[in-house]
Amino acid sequence: MKIRNSDRREHIVLQMTPMIDIVFQLLVFFVFTFKIVLPEGDFNIRMPSASASESSEPSETPLLKVRLRATPDRELASVQLGDEVLDSGNPFFDLQSRILTLVDDAAGPGSTELEVEIEADYDLKYRYVINAITAVTGYIDNGQQHKLVERVRFAPMAER
Amino acid sequence: MRIRPRGPRGIVEGDLTPMIDMTFQLIAFFMLVINFSDVEQDQRVTLPASELARPPESPYEQPLTIHLTKQDRYIYAGRELTQLAQLRSELLRETQIILRHTSKKLSDVTVIIRADESAKTGIVQEVIQTCQQLEFERFALRGQQSELRTIRARAP
Repeated sequence: MKIRNSDRREHIVLQMTPMIDIVFQLLVFFVFTFKIVLPEGDFNIRMPSASASESSEPSETPLLKVRLRATPDRELASVQLGDEVLDSGNPFFDLQSRILTLVDDAAGPGSTELEVEIEADYDLKYRYVINAITAVTGYIDNGQQHKLVERVRFAPMAER
Repeated sequence: MRIRPRGPRGIVEGDLTPMIDMTFQLIAFFMLVINFSDVEQDQRVTLPASELARPPESPYEQPLTIHLTKQDRYIYAGRELTQLAQLRSELLRETQIILRHTSKKLSDVTVIIRADESAKTGIVQEVIQTCQQLEFERFALRGQQSELRTIRARAP
């Protein structure tokens, strides 16, 4: 059998242009639809209106009052748990420590019936309220979240 | 000056392989990070940071999102409102739509409040109060997830 002389191979040129076109189209689509979404999370609170809650269930759960006072420039002036003013350098840490003690005395973390009512000055910056809610609802230890008080609500607003 | 005769031109082929490699890498990256979910975020609002703010385990059935800016303005359904009364009428319209066109109760609706960290607490409370008057009960106070501890020291 005669073997053909294969010296004159045809040079096969792949058409890359359509593929590159499509690839760039895809790239442009993904670049334009890309949006940076910052990770966000929620603190869930259940607050029926005062009239509804009064009629449905009389509150028998122990209620802790947290008061947040504001300075004239809307920063945090003081934190008060019940009648006790937490006036150390880190009031939210103190608040968390007190809540932790109360929860441990009750029934252990996560199973408490405690309810916290937050009363804040009108002009106070909102981030201090979130700090207070964070201090009250739990803490993170060794990367694990421990719950403290799950029921948090705002005090009814005083007439201005 | 004598111009040299040019020889037969060869086809100059650039090596496209690295470019295609790179482009595919980019496409793979964007495909993986793309997020089609309709997250209601607004650049005008800087959320307060909290290490305990975690995304909900399941998406809310019927969420309503109200934004509150540093300048004490309300943003609802993409519209910037200056008066609480305007927000109230918008919410009232929303409640009518929910009651007429869905089988949900207003107490099942979650009102997501995205308030700026420098917003006045009283304004947030007024929004909650307005929602309560319209018979909403569930609220989600939104914060930005933070790895840094907002409560500085470690709990004992």
